[in-house]
Parts: sequence; C-alpha cells; structure tokens
Amino acid sequence: MKKMVLLGDEAIAQGALDAGISGIYAYPGTPSTEITEYVQFSKQALQDNVKFSWCANEKTAVETALGMSYAGLRSMACMKHVGLNVAADPFINSAITGAIGGFIVVAADDPSMHSSQNEQDSRFYGDFAFVPVLEPTDQQEAYDMVHYGFDLSEKYEIPVLLRITTRLAHSRSNVIVREKRPQNKPKLPTDPIRFVLMPFNARRRYKILLDKQPDLLKESENSPFNRYFNAEDKSLGIIVSGIAYNYLVENFESHKVPFPVLKISQYPLPKEQIERIFDECIEILVIEEGYPFIEDKLRGFLGRGLKIRGRSDGSIPRTGELNPSIVGKALGIEYKTGIKPPEIIVPRPPSLCQGCPHSVTFEALNIALDGYSTGRVLSDIGCYTLGALPPYNSINSCVDMGASITMAKGVADAGFHPVVAVIGDSTFSHSGITGLLDAVNDKSPITVIIADNLTTAMTGGQFSPSIGKIEDICRGLGVEEEHIRIFEPHHRKLNEIVQILKEELNYRGVSVIIPRRECLVTLTKRTREERKKAQAKKV
Amino acid sequence: MKKDIIISGVGGQGILSIAATIGYAALEASLYFKQSEVHGMSQRGGEVQSHFRLSDKPIASDLIPEGKTDMIISVEPMEGLRYISMLAPDGWLITNTTPFVNIPNYPDLDKILDEIKKFPNNIAIDAEKIAKEVGSPKSANIVLLGAASRFLDIDYEILKNAIKTVFYKKGEEVIEGNFRAFEAGRKIAFNL
Ligand SMILES: Cc1ncc(C[n+]2csc(CCOP(=O)(O)OP(=O)(O)O)c2C)c(N)n1
Ligand code: SF4
Repeated sequence: MKKMVLLGDEAIAQGALDAGISGIYAYPGTPSTEITEYVQFSKQALQDNVKFSWCANEKTAVETALGMSYAGLRSMACMKHVGLNVAADPFINSAITGAIGGFIVVAADDPSMHSSQNEQDSRFYGDFAFVPVLEPTDQQEAYDMVHYGFDLSEKYEIPVLLRITTRLAHSRSNVIVREKRPQNKPKLPTDPIRFVLMPFNARRRYKILLDKQPDLLKESENSPFNRYFNAEDKSLGIIVSGIAYNYLVENFESHKVPFPVLKISQYPLPKEQIERIFDECIEILVIEEGYPFIEDKLRGFLGRGLKIRGRSDGSIPRTGELNPSIVGKALGIEYKTGIKPPEIIVPRPPSLCQGCPHSVTFEALNIALDGYSTGRVLSDIGCYTLGALPPYNSINSCVDMGASITMAKGVADAGFHPVVAVIGDSTFSHSGITGLLDAVNDKSPITVIIADNLTTAMTGGQFSPSIGKIEDICRGLGVEEEHIRIFEPHHRKLNEIVQILKEELNYRGVSVIIPRRECLVTLTKRTREERKKAQAKKV
Repeated sequence: MKKDIIISGVGGQGILSIAATIGYAALEASLYFKQSEVHGMSQRGGEVQSHFRLSDKPIASDLIPEGKTDMIISVEPMEGLRYISMLAPDGWLITNTTPFVNIPNYPDLDKILDEIKKFPNNIAIDAEKIAKEVGSPKSANIVLLGAASRFLDIDYEILKNAIKTVFYKKGEEVIEGNFRAFEAGRKIAFNL
C-alpha cells in the first residue's frame, strides 16, 4: 500500500495519472491551478507522454479535452467555477454529443470568495447539462473519484463533472494510491455523426441523453460515495454533501452522529436513500457547501408538507464557507465564544509587491488622467486589479475576464472620451482579443493598456498564452502601427511614460499601450533557477 | 494525542515551510494530519493562515473548530492576534515580535506587544534577530518552529529530519542554518 501526502488538487492530478489519462487542459484559476501544475511537473506524466497545456481560456480547454475524448483517450479539463461560465457552451453541448474516452471536467468553487468575484455553485451546471456530478469529501475520495469518474464517463459515454471547493483543493493529507492502469488506445469514432449537432441529429442525441438519466440515477443510488449511516435518534435526519460531511462529524465524539445521516457525493440525487431518510425522520437538516442546491430541490417551490432546514430557511447562513462551528451551531451544539481579538487589529488587504511593474503604470496613468472626472478606467482580473485599492485608486471596474476592453467601448459609445481599458497579458489572450476586434471595427476612441508582465501572475506565474505575440496580434486585428506604444514601466522613466499616455488619450481611435516588464516574483524565481543551473554546470 | 495549530503571518513569510516541516514530521511519526493552506489573492502581501491538525486518530475537518486551537505560531505579531478567537483557553501563542509593515495604518507596535503579553501562555521572541545571530537571517520562521517544538509532542530527531527534507534542495548550508535557528528557538521555549 503506497501512501502520498497530497493537496486535494494534487490528489485529483495523481488520480488522473494513475487512472490512465492522456491529456489535461486548463486555464489557471484559484483554487484549481494546482491540479494542472502537478501534472506539468510530474515525472510520471512525462514518462507516460501525458499531454498538458495552459490553454488560452477555459472554453478552448474543454473543447480540446472533448477532442481527445472523441479520439478515444481519457482527458480532463480543469478550471475555477467562473471558468465554467466561459466553457459553458462546449460543456453543455458535450453532454449531448456524449464522450468516448473518459472525459472529466473539474470545476473548483470558491465559497466565501477567497479569490473570486462570486461564489457560484457548479453543481447547477451538472444539473443543467444532465451529467453526473461527483463531489469528494476528502483527499482520498478526490483521488478515487477520478478513476471512478472515468469509468462512469466511458460506461455511459457522458462527460462527468467533478466539483470541489477551496478548502479541499488546498488542504493536504495522506492518500492511498493505486497501481497505474494503462491509457486507452487512440481510435476515431465509428459514428462521428453523433458529434454533428445539427437539429435533426441534436434532437436524437438530446433524447439519448435524457434516456440515460434513469441509469445515472441507479448509479447514484448504488454509488460507494453515497452512504446512509443509520442511528437511533430519528427526531432529525441529516443530508450532507461533500466536504460538509467532515464538519458534521467533527462535532461528535469518535465522529459518531446520533441521527441518521445521508452523505451525498454523487449526483443525480439518490432518490431511494432520500425517500428513506424522509420516511424515517421527523425533521430534515441539509448541510451543503455552496448554494442550497439539495435543500431547494427537496423543498420545492411551495415548500409544503416537509420540514426541511438548511441555508434557505436561515438555520445555516445563506452565504459563505462552512466550518465545524457553523455546522455545530445549526445542530444546537454550544460553542464557547473564544477570546475576542483586540480592537487595534486592522485588516491587511493584499497589495502589489514592492517594485511591481504595474505600480509604475498606475502612477503614470493617474498623472495622465489628472483633470478628467473619475470613472473612466475600465479594468479586468489579475494582479493589476489591486490598482483599485489605495494608494492607487486607479481602476473603476473588474467584472469578468476580458470585460475591460468591451466595457470601455460601451462607455466610449455612450459619448465619453478619453476612456481607458487596463488588461493583463494573460487576460488579453483569455478573452480580450475578440473585444479589441470589435473596437477596431467600430473605430472606438479607447486607450487599451495591456499590462504585460510576461506571465499569469495572480495565480502563481503560469505560462501566458500570448507571450511574445501581443503586438503582432494587435496589428493583425487592425490597430494602427503608430498607435501601438511599447515601453518598460520603470519609475525613472515616469515622465516619458506619462507623455506617451497623454498622447494616446488624445487620439480618437483605438490605441494600444503595452508597458512590458517581467513580474518580480517570476523574475526572482527564474534567476534563482538559472543560477542553480549554471552552478551545476560548473561542478 | 491531538494538536491543532494555526500558523499565521503575511503572504511570503515562510508559513508554508513551517507547515511542510510539521507535515513531514507527522508522516514519519505515523500520525494522522490535515493541513489547509491559503493560495491565491491573499498571497500578495495579505493576511494568510494555515490550519494544521495532528492526531493519533483519524481527523475529519480540515478546519479547526472555533476555540479549540492548541497553539498559534505567528511569524508576525499582529497576525497572531487576528486568530486569537480560535485559541483554546489553555492554548499557546508563539509569536515573532518583528512587525511586517505593508499597510499605512499599522497599529502602534508597543500596543500590539502589550496585547500579546496579556496571554498567560505566550512566547514572544524577536525571531528575525535570533535568526541573524545564528547566521541564518532567512530562518525566522524556523526559530518560531523551534520554540513551538516544546509543545508539539513530536520526537526531536524526527523534527530535525523533517527540516532536512524541506530544505534539502537548497543545499547543506541552508539546512545547517535552519538547524541552528531551530535550536535557538527551542532553547528559548525550554528556558522560559
Ligand atoms: C474565467 C476566469 N478564469 C480564471 C480566473 C482566474 N484569474 C484571475 S486573474 C488571472 C490571471 C491574470 O493574468 P494577467 O492578466 O496576465 O495579469 P497578472 O496577474 O499577470 O497581472 C486568472 C487566471 C478568473 N477570475 N476568471
Ligand atoms: S506577483 Fe508580480 S505582477 Fe503580481 S504584484 Fe507581485 S510583482 Fe506585481
């Protein structure tokens, strides 16, 4: 029996490698990034020739993984929860075409929004697409579910959604790993017509998808991950999903809950077990990480007849991450309030690193825009979003990746000038390019700053898909050569930079400004590695 | 045996090295453990904390229940106080006294230190200074781990082996420096 110490994310990656995966595709996003990073640096992946890539965005990642499944191989696409919004189109439609090689999409939700714009619950996407959802309780289940998920996917020719949350993604524990099994052999589909979703065929495929549902329900009811723990006290029955199960049992001596517990880790919801707990117990408490997905389904619209408690009825806070105390309190367990933190403690929000190239860009932008009313800098998601906070207060929006350029165009269309978009290099390749094309086609008077720090910094420095290509992309889209301005954002060049910004702010067309200097964190890491290599050579 | 530990500080202060060291030691001592850490936005100079749970029995929750923490190890004085509501009444607060000032409204340090001294079970040490004195200026985090080792119930040799494992890639010199930092911190805790 071989044991490894793994983060939840790493357990998924190791699980995939041991279950015979052939390709993993991702766009980084907390808390999902470490899955793909693990494969990137894994010797096992290299030996087995497992393809990996940091894709331009989540949509291209899911489509590529689907292509590999089409060719008979096992594949996975990994993303944070909002990434699944971007990939929703291929995800929903892949349920209709169906999969061939085992096909898993991993969505990592972020309740409490530790590093995200929202706390959406990906289980709704599974429901929406009519595909099975797996929701691991711990690192071991995360590992085992990849094997199981690939089998389920191949058996029913359907994509499988693996849903995790931040706490599991970034928590480490022992995992028992299995022998590696062989990868599939590539083979083109014998009935490729099923992937042609023209209406006549889409209708046929959609029916096939719906016809699979009773079998998927049976799978859930017989799943080793959905378990019923009976107990004496039937005054309450507890339905608990995923990681919330740990918080529940933490509240009881030797982890023995005195009430019947139905632990759910596979969807569609196991009907038989749910009927049983409703038949046996007087009241039901639903504990789930994320939205009240199970609770609202069980209660229904009118909520008549059944006594169900959970997040919707206020027994558990409606928003935010769960923990043992929140769950304990919902069960009436008393928690002694701890020592109150002294009042002098102040929050410590994240901030740009000392000497970060973005800080120079913001400083210059503030000077260049001095005199104009505020509210005309539309921005995006990345380290540079921290420019919204003091001391910069430079940017006025951060909505979804790519929205800076398109929103700036909307503001310009509303009659304002100058209007600025601030976007990072990785975000530009993710979904800024199409918006820039719109702006060029309409000759919109906007100034687009592509803050190029040569990496995807916010998530830890992954490959940035448009590296070395940004100005060529802009030229190709039709941005005029003389309005593509490139410089190194150094403090000593501040005056020069302000001058460039002012010139372009005055131009009534599309300008692209590219401040280019490497992120300090990746720079330090790279120099350290290079020095080590050089030393190794000398020895 | 059960030890629930919160390791706190600011993103980039070496919290994950402390956690990793205890992790390797737990593995060698055949203990169960769960360690949750913070990745993402907060790592850019924000407040970060790691929950470390050690036990000879299986552990359920990745997070420590409120008011049940046996020990807070803080690489930064204000950050240790931030999680104080998590500490058990007889828990220990082991903290660095050198502040990490990256916000304009950082409170008066003396007031912070006074608050720390209000806890009967506190060990407040200038870990940066000690790390410098033993010739390993980057090892303030390991000085604190050394102090914490008094309460860890893990064999001394096992902990030292774990340090070796964590810093293995950085070479012999770094390992030795961290050993000295560990010893210095440990000595302070035992001489209290
Ligand atoms: C759809 C979506 N995918 C992924 C993320 C996570 N994410 C936020 S910022 C970011 C990287 C931004 O990189 P870049 O634009 O180069 O800016 P930098 O952080 O390097 O300054 C990522 C991957 C997200 N918020 N939304
Ligand atoms: S990680 Fe890089 S891009 Fe992000 S704030 Fe630090 S230096 Fe700037």
